[in-house]
Amino acid sequence: MSITVEEIFETVNMTLRQHFDIRTVTLGVNLKDCMDRNVDHFCGRVFSRISEKGAQLNAVADAVESKYGIPITNRRVAVTPVSILMEPLPRTQAAAVKVAKCLDAAADKAGIDFIGGFGALVHKGATSAEENLINALPAAISGTKRLCAFFNLASTQAGMNMDAIEKFGHILKDLAFRSKTGIGCAKVAVFANVPEDNPFMAGAHHGVGEPDYSLNIGISGPGVVKSVIESNPDCDLTELSEVIKRTVFKITRAGELIGRETAAMMKIPFGIVDISLAATPAAGDSVAEIVEAMGVSRMGRPGSTAALAMLIDAVKKGGLMASGNVGGLSGTFIPVSEDAGMIRAVREGALSLDKLEALTSVCSVGMDMFAVPGSTPADVISAIIADELAIGVANHKTTSVRIIPVPGKRAGQIVHFGGLLGSAPIMKVPRVASPRFIARKGRMPAPLLSFRN
Amino acid sequence: MAAKKKESAICILTITGRDRVGIIARIANAMAKANINIVDVSQKIMEEYFVMSMACDIAGAAVDMETIQKSLHKIARDMELNITFQHENIFKMMHRV
Repeated sequence: MSITVEEIFETVNMTLRQHFDIRTVTLGVNLKDCMDRNVDHFCGRVFSRISEKGAQLNAVADAVESKYGIPITNRRVAVTPVSILMEPLPRTQAAAVKVAKCLDAAADKAGIDFIGGFGALVHKGATSAEENLINALPAAISGTKRLCAFFNLASTQAGMNMDAIEKFGHILKDLAFRSKTGIGCAKVAVFANVPEDNPFMAGAHHGVGEPDYSLNIGISGPGVVKSVIESNPDCDLTELSEVIKRTVFKITRAGELIGRETAAMMKIPFGIVDISLAATPAAGDSVAEIVEAMGVSRMGRPGSTAALAMLIDAVKKGGLMASGNVGGLSGTFIPVSEDAGMIRAVREGALSLDKLEALTSVCSVGMDMFAVPGSTPADVISAIIADELAIGVANHKTTSVRIIPVPGKRAGQIVHFGGLLGSAPIMKVPRVASPRFIARKGRMPAPLLSFRN
Repeated sequence: MAAKKKESAICILTITGRDRVGIIARIANAMAKANINIVDVSQKIMEEYFVMSMACDIAGAAVDMETIQKSLHKIARDMELNITFQHENIFKMMHRV
């Protein structure tokens, strides 16, 4: 046979021992043609399209999984930003909640665990339909199980919508207090420079520049990368970068094959491969542990930012060589609650909120899945969001924030979300930040970087 | 219009686990029952571990991939082995530029 036995077992070991999987196949669905002045007519069309296409996605993903023996862990659906779809509908919270429940029910019927796209692009300003959707967010998310929301609050081209950022401090607190653990906030991500084709929740949506359908795929192999670094304990960093590139090349090629085949079987266009390293709470499937395998004593200590910068650079170079369709976020996720190494680093005091912010300046995709005390004031949450989005705006990259204020918990305690969402130590946050700065509101102008046309 | 190039029907089966009597017999029997032709085998014992890779042609298979995976999964459980069965394209994509 043309493939050697060593090569065969290298691939087999990736899935059997190193947690290599296709993290998600995400079907992007255009719903613009379902728009209507009547909310029931609109919901009827949306329900039948999502439930039918979602079920088809599940069936095809099962067949591809059997053929290639690589697990496809999540099958998801992302739709056109819902605020656009709601423009003709009544500006009432009841209408927004009805649409949210319809999307949730359609995902449930199709056997899809998360459906994304309940959100809006308001980086410059919000229409009244968008305002209505934002106001309805706490009720919509706490009243559904599978719905995820995204909001683009800033962009390098437009600057930062501080009216919206100020508002989200209150909205997120309201949402958090509707559940015991603040879990609703795990399903809301706010962005600067949000990509239109990201397959990962909670930020996935089917952008306005996309065709009727697109099939986007997220691969994941922190365990594979960690294992190859561990088997090269003595090489210098130039050689280590090469080793990482070669490994990421291989896993991206697997993702490309599975994405193309899934799209072809569904008779829809193949979109992108997102090469982000995405951790899970499972032991050995951690990005923090990759950084530690590179030689950093604990994630968050000095050296972490440099190591992470090198890791993400090698991941991008290997991935881009492997596929001409790299897109989405394609960074390295460092969600606190979903990564066993990140949790350990916070519990041991090695990783603070400040260092987490510094780490996100070299890696996508922002400050993700971190818990703070439920008593954190709304203006402090807004200030944390503003700082993180400013990093994205100024550096022409995507950044996001998924912050979870946990009702009744203090810094140092632990909150358990369960499943893929993991558990998180409550991080220490200052009680006083910049109330007067946040209260000014308005729009922060775009940085000079954007005037390059 | 040119006809679409026919996809190969070669799948790669791997087995690892503690060596015991009857592993190859059981696998070969399952393949024959499904009308799958074995085209290449490479096998060795490393210390007490049994390591085998096998190329199979599923072009004439009497059952679908999911059924094959299920029957192999049962053998793996009965005989305490790790068994994988994957279309060869995954290896070609990952290891050949």
